[in-house]
Order: sequence, then C-alpha cells, then structure tokens
Amino acid sequence: MSSIKIDHATASVEFNKDEAHVNWHDETLWFVRSKRDKAVFQIPEWEQLREAGSQIKNHVLSNMHDLLLEFEEKATANGITVHWATDAQEHNEIIYSIIKNEGVNRMVKSKSMLTEECHLNDFLKEKGVEVIDSDLGERIVQMRNESPSHIVLPAIHLKRSDVGETFHKHLGTEKGATDPQYLTEAARQHLRDTFLTRKVALTGVNFAIAETGGFVVCTNEGNADMGVHLADVHIACMGFEKIIPKAEHLGVFLRLLARSATGQPITTFSSHFHKPREGQKMHIIIVDNGRTKQLGRPDFRNSLKCIRCAACFNTCPVYRRSGGHSYHTAIAGPIGSILAPNLDMAQNADLPFASTLCGSCSNVCPVKIDIHEQLYKWRQVLVKEGHVPTFKKLGIQSMAGVLSSPSFFRMAGKLGRFLMKNTPFVVNNKLNVWYQQREMPDVPKESFREWYVLRGEKINEEEKKAL
Amino acid sequence: MSAREQILFNIKNNQPDYQELNANFKFESVYENLYEKFSEILNFVGGKALEVSSYQEIKDDVREHYQGVTNIATTIEELSALADFSLNISDPHELEMLNLAIIKGDFAVAENAAIWVSEKQLPHRALPMITQYLAIVIHKSDIVTNMHSAYERVKIDETGFGTFISGPSKTADIEQSLVIGAHGARGLVVYVLP
Amino acid sequence: MKVALFIPCYIDQFYPKVAIATLELLEKLGCEVTYPLNQTCCGQPMANSGFEHLSKDCDNNFVDNFRGFDYIVSPSGSCTLHIKEHLHGSDNQASTHIRKHIYELSEFMTDILKVEKLDAKFPHKIGLHQSCHGQRGLKLAQMSELVAEPFSKIERLLKMVEGLSIVALDRKDECCGFGGTFCVTEEAVSVKMGKDRITDHTKHEAEFIVGSDVSCLMHMEGIMKRQGSEIKVKHIAEILNG
Repeated sequence: MSSIKIDHATASVEFNKDEAHVNWHDETLWFVRSKRDKAVFQIPEWEQLREAGSQIKNHVLSNMHDLLLEFEEKATANGITVHWATDAQEHNEIIYSIIKNEGVNRMVKSKSMLTEECHLNDFLKEKGVEVIDSDLGERIVQMRNESPSHIVLPAIHLKRSDVGETFHKHLGTEKGATDPQYLTEAARQHLRDTFLTRKVALTGVNFAIAETGGFVVCTNEGNADMGVHLADVHIACMGFEKIIPKAEHLGVFLRLLARSATGQPITTFSSHFHKPREGQKMHIIIVDNGRTKQLGRPDFRNSLKCIRCAACFNTCPVYRRSGGHSYHTAIAGPIGSILAPNLDMAQNADLPFASTLCGSCSNVCPVKIDIHEQLYKWRQVLVKEGHVPTFKKLGIQSMAGVLSSPSFFRMAGKLGRFLMKNTPFVVNNKLNVWYQQREMPDVPKESFREWYVLRGEKINEEEKKAL
Repeated sequence: MSAREQILFNIKNNQPDYQELNANFKFESVYENLYEKFSEILNFVGGKALEVSSYQEIKDDVREHYQGVTNIATTIEELSALADFSLNISDPHELEMLNLAIIKGDFAVAENAAIWVSEKQLPHRALPMITQYLAIVIHKSDIVTNMHSAYERVKIDETGFGTFISGPSKTADIEQSLVIGAHGARGLVVYVLP
Repeated sequence: MKVALFIPCYIDQFYPKVAIATLELLEKLGCEVTYPLNQTCCGQPMANSGFEHLSKDCDNNFVDNFRGFDYIVSPSGSCTLHIKEHLHGSDNQASTHIRKHIYELSEFMTDILKVEKLDAKFPHKIGLHQSCHGQRGLKLAQMSELVAEPFSKIERLLKMVEGLSIVALDRKDECCGFGGTFCVTEEAVSVKMGKDRITDHTKHEAEFIVGSDVSCLMHMEGIMKRQGSEIKVKHIAEILNG
C-alpha cells in the first residue's frame, strides 16, 4: 500500500478527472442516503431515539472507567480472556502472540475498522501470517491491494467491471464476467473454503455490554459467524468506547445502527457472544490507541460516541464527490475528519478543511455527534498548533487587517472593482483558482455604500430645496 | 505500569464529569397486526413467512418445496421425519454438507423481522449460517413489537451465544446491487404456527 | 422600529442591487432603516479558515457599527449565523445584544414583522436554493435529514408573490459547494457540487435559481456563465421587493 501522502484537495482533483465516475459514485451513495431516509421516516420516534442513543453514549463517556472494569470482571467470569493494548503496536503484538501460540500461520478476519486503523494486516504479513478478510467488500479491496474507501461499503469506489477483473485474476472467474450474483457466488465458494480451514478467526465488536460481559457483532453476510463458529480461537478487537452499560440499551442501538447505515431495519445477523463454545478459546482486546487523549479533549471527546454507521459518509456532498481514498485514513468521511487529527495533527491537518460545514452529517448522526461543529473547532486548533501552510496564514492575516479597518476595506474594494473592470486579465487568469471553472461576478459601477451615501446626499438636497 | 493500568488511569483522568443515566429509553411501537408487520418486513429483507396450522403442514410444504433435496437436518422433534442428517456430531465442520436446516426460533420481532435463536435452540452455533437454506419455526403468539420489547423478553447471557436473524444472508458490496446468499443461508422461510 | 442593515462585504462590492432591494423592502414594510457606514465583514472567512483568533478587531468594528439598534437585519443567512454564533467583541454586553437581535431577512419578515402578504409579482418558474447555514444553522426551513414536520420561511414568503411557481428538486437541501474559502482550497469538489446543484434546477426547468445567500448564488452564477447557461440567479430580496 502506498504511504505517500497526498492531501485531500489534490486527491480530489484526480478523482474529479473522470466526471462520469464521480456522478456514479455520488448517485450510488445518495441512493444509500435515500434508503436511510425511507427507513427512518417509518419510525415516528426517530429523533427521540437518536437523543436516547446520544444520552446513553454521553453517560458512557462519563463512566468509562467503571464500565470497563465491570465488563472485564464479567467477561473474565464468562471464560473470555481480556487483554489491554495502549496502542496499535501492542494490539498487533497481542494478536500475533495468540496466533503463534496456536501454532498456525493464517487467520480469517471479518470487518473491524480498528484493525484497519492499527494496520494489522501489514503487520501480520511481515510476520509471515496470512490474513484473509471475509467481508466481500473487504476481500475485494484486499485482493487489489487497496484499503477500504468506506467503513460500511469498503469497495464502493469500484465498478462491477473492476470487481470482475479482480476476480478473474484471483479467483479464476470468467473473463469479462460482471454479474454481481455470479461474482458473489465465486467469492462465497472461495471464502467457504477459508472458513472451513482456519483455526483462528478475528472479528470486530459493535457493542460490548458491561452488565453481562458479552459483546455483539453485526453483519449482513454472516461472515463473522461463519469464521468464529468454525475456528478454535475467536479474537474480538474493540476500541474501549464500544462499551454500553446494559443489555436493554442494545434495543436503542440496534434500532439506530442498520437504519442509519443502509436503510435496513436491522442487520441480517446481530450475534451476541458471552462464552466460548465448548473447546473454543475467546479473547477480547480492549484498545486505546489515542482514545484516552481524545476523551480528554472537551471539544472533541464526543466523537468517541460514534457507532460506525457511516450515515455521515453517505450524506456528505464532499465525500460523495471525492471518494474515500482522498481522506488517506482508515476512517474516511466527516467522522474520520474529526477523529484523524487526534491521531496525527500534521498528517491529517487537511481533513477538517475538506468540508463546506453544511451540517448534514450532524443531522443524520444516530448518536447526535456535532460533527460539523467539531470540524470548525479542529480548524482553529490546527491553525494555532501551526499545521497550516504559511501562505494561507499570510493571506488571512492581511485579510484580517483589511476587514478591521473600514477605510482600508473601502479602498481595497474599490481598487478590486477598478482592476476587474479595467484590467480583467489581472484576475481572470490561471492564478485565480475561482476563475478556472467559474466566471467572476459582473462589476457594478458603484458599491452599495457609495450608492447609499449618494442617496443620503440627494435626500438632504431635496429637503433643503423644499425648505 | 501495565497497559491495563495505564489505560484505566488515563481514562479516569480524562473522562468528563459523571452524567446520570435516568431517562426511560423504551419506546412503544403500535402495529395493528403483529404477524402482518412481521411478514411484510421479512419479505422486505428477502425472506418469506408462511402461516401454517400444524407441523404436518410444515412437513408437506418442505416436501413440496425441497423435493429431492438431501442433507436436511432439524432440531424439532415433530419434524424429525424430514431429516436425513443427524446433528449429533461433535465437529461443526461436518455441517458443511447441510442443504436445509429447520430450527425453532425463540421469538420474533415485528419491526425488523428478526428472530432470536440461542444455544437453547441450537446444538451448534454455526448451524443457521453454514446451511445452504434455513427454515425457522415460530409461534404467532411469540411475535413482539420492537427491539425494546425484545430485550425485555430475552436474557442475552442465558447461554453463551444467541443471535437475531433477519432474513437470509446478503451483500450489496458490488455496486450496491443486492445479492441474496453471501456466506450464510441463501434463503429463509419462517413457518408461523398458531 | 430602528433597524440596522448589515450588508456582507461581497454584496456591498459586487451585488449592490441586492442590498438596495433589501433596504427598499424593509422601508416599505415600515422599518426605520440605517446602514452604518463603517461596517466591513462578519469575520467568517477568517474564522472558517481556522483564524478565529485574528477576528477580534473585526468583531470590535462590527460591535461599534451595530450597537444601539432594535434589530440588525442582513440579506445573508451565512453571515447572520456567523455573528449569532461567534461575535465576541470586547464589549460583552453590546456583543450579546447584537447576537440576540440579528436576523436574516426572511426570518425577520416572518418572525418579527409577521408579514402575511406582499405586493410583488414575478411570473416565473423558480428553483429555490436552500443555503445550508440559513437552513441547518438558522433553521429557516426543515431539514430533509430529520423526521419532523416540514416548513420553510422563505417558501412561505415566495408563495405570496404573484405569478411565481417553485419547481420540485430531487435534492432539496444539498449544499452547492461554495463553503467560503472551500471554493478555492477545494476547487475541484466545490465546482462539481455547484454543477450538480445547477443540473437539479435545470432538469426541473427552473428559469431562475433563487436563494437567500448571495455567496451560494455567486458561485453557481459563475459556473452557469462559464457554461453559457440562460438561467439567472436572483436573491429573494429582489423578488419580494416586487
């Protein structure tokens, strides 16, 4: 995988070179947003349900320490081995040691954005462990040596012909075959063999329940279940924020999750794990990797309420027209843009600026994260911490100067209009980014202020004459 | 400090002031006919509900629709005549041959057509996923309105594993075009007894 | 009723006709309107770029210009929202008064003046562009994401105009991609968003794209002119003024 960093704006220029593809990408994701709308409008109490989800998560943030202890105690009593990892490296090491302990060198893995965040696959590959991703979308991008472009729909950037080509190369499907039914069947056969032959299976965690010491994994394909029920060892990885207090709270979250994600009333499988099956071993790894730091940032901590539904991706007009890879981080889209700067400000300084702050993301969020407000706040932090290029800083500083001085402002405006009218080549050129695909506005002969002052003078004169 | 201690220490220092959780998070859903709603949603998620009056009717339907199909297993005593595949095995990998599994559902949820099955109903956790086709038998009186009612009814840690199943397995990972039968069952029929 | 008119900088410089229409409209509706002469800008271009801390002088200038009025009215939802949420001049009391009494034109007409009819005529099919900050920030209209009763203050006013009809759009509240400095820092996506918004209007045969924020309109107008489109943009003030 490429490690060269290209910023969001530059990647978007590339993505927009194929306008037909952008249209398709936009329409496809808008279709998912529309399905979401259709589903949520069938629930009259939807907004209260979001509020409930939000309040439960607010409570979780404020009681994280005790809830995790409660969970650990119950899970251990249930026969699950609980591990803790402060960062990605520790997380990866723990998994490797479990695999090594089993004396195997391969593993099947269902979707876990945390393992993407920790770059687990690359780590294990270096150690000589083969990982096969079993979610269809993830398997497709894995074969192509790409990363997921969307947390729920990992291969949404690809057309069926791309998938057909990939499967032809890796699975031996017919050349030129593009029928999704046929391609899915091929993947089914290929992955069934994987499920049947792997001794270690890894899953993510959607919700971990403190009260009962168990966890819930949601999939549509059934791939998480197929993997773990046939393996000797089940490893489940979770960021610590996945904890919820009680089983009854699942009622709220399972009603919110799939409707927000894809417009389904619930995922096909919502599997609740509490004990390893007889003869099986079950491990759970609780990961920090920057989360405690985010928890300590009052302006940004509630990004940890996220349940990874990706509704904010689908509704984001920028995401739909720039593609997931333009965000160069495991979690793209609006939520990724407020999570990533916490992990690395310098590398991700561009992301909070990849938004018009339209606010649609905050409105679809099932746990009411104020995403667009956090994007605005991250901009302030990034500037103060010195992560914005100098030329931008100089420009803004002079703008601030002009805008705080009324006379300078008037002169600048007048000069600007004069230049645009008499020497249009000064503004209508390649250096003016606005002008590349847009005309400048027509230049009026006078500003409103000038008109207003003149009108005042006329009124005065008329009043004088009348006297 | 161990990773555990370090994480818990940082959390304690960084978490916001305690926020009480006292609101009631249960909402009522009102449906005129729970079965109708369940059936409508099951249809929407790619499954099919069939009202039957007896186990005999289920047998007749299975014989008609899965004519010539072998490797059928069931956990239901009354339907044992349909089975040619014993679930009395120790290794779940053997289930790979299974074409049809007929199991009991504990109860169903009208709002999303989810059916709760746990190790109380399942001799093997893999059973409802690994089978090519799945049939679940429920009683009409065992349909609750929504997920809030569902969690009032179920004790999720009563057994080591339980799952809500809503429709057959599916994926839309290729161009958002829906394909039924991803890794789990390719079809789901729910027989609803009185 | 003493009303101060706040005219955003780009309207003052490039779209004086929108400011004139706003002034005339408010006067017709019986307001005593003043345009404080030393006003500049709300400071949003700096703040949205992450330089909120540099906007102090700009804020103070704003407070000096707009203190002591019953209401401050502006033909821009975006600038109004910015003042409402972020104006923090050195004079706390005056800043608070301004934040609480600044209104976007259509909400001022609806909520304060309680306008029920207008003497205006515009015999055209128009597409209404709901600007994000006005809609999702000031709640000038219900948002399509929420499960809630629909309403639109701007639509209600436009429906009082004789001969005007509003076309139905496929995406009634999608952002146009202007986004302040976003329009140049993320030029590719910005222009694509603008083009797509325009297509939604042209596809439904709108003769005009009408909105309450000139910034969005200027962006779409720029694209349409480059495309050689026949469709024009108009600010609501120009239509409601008759």
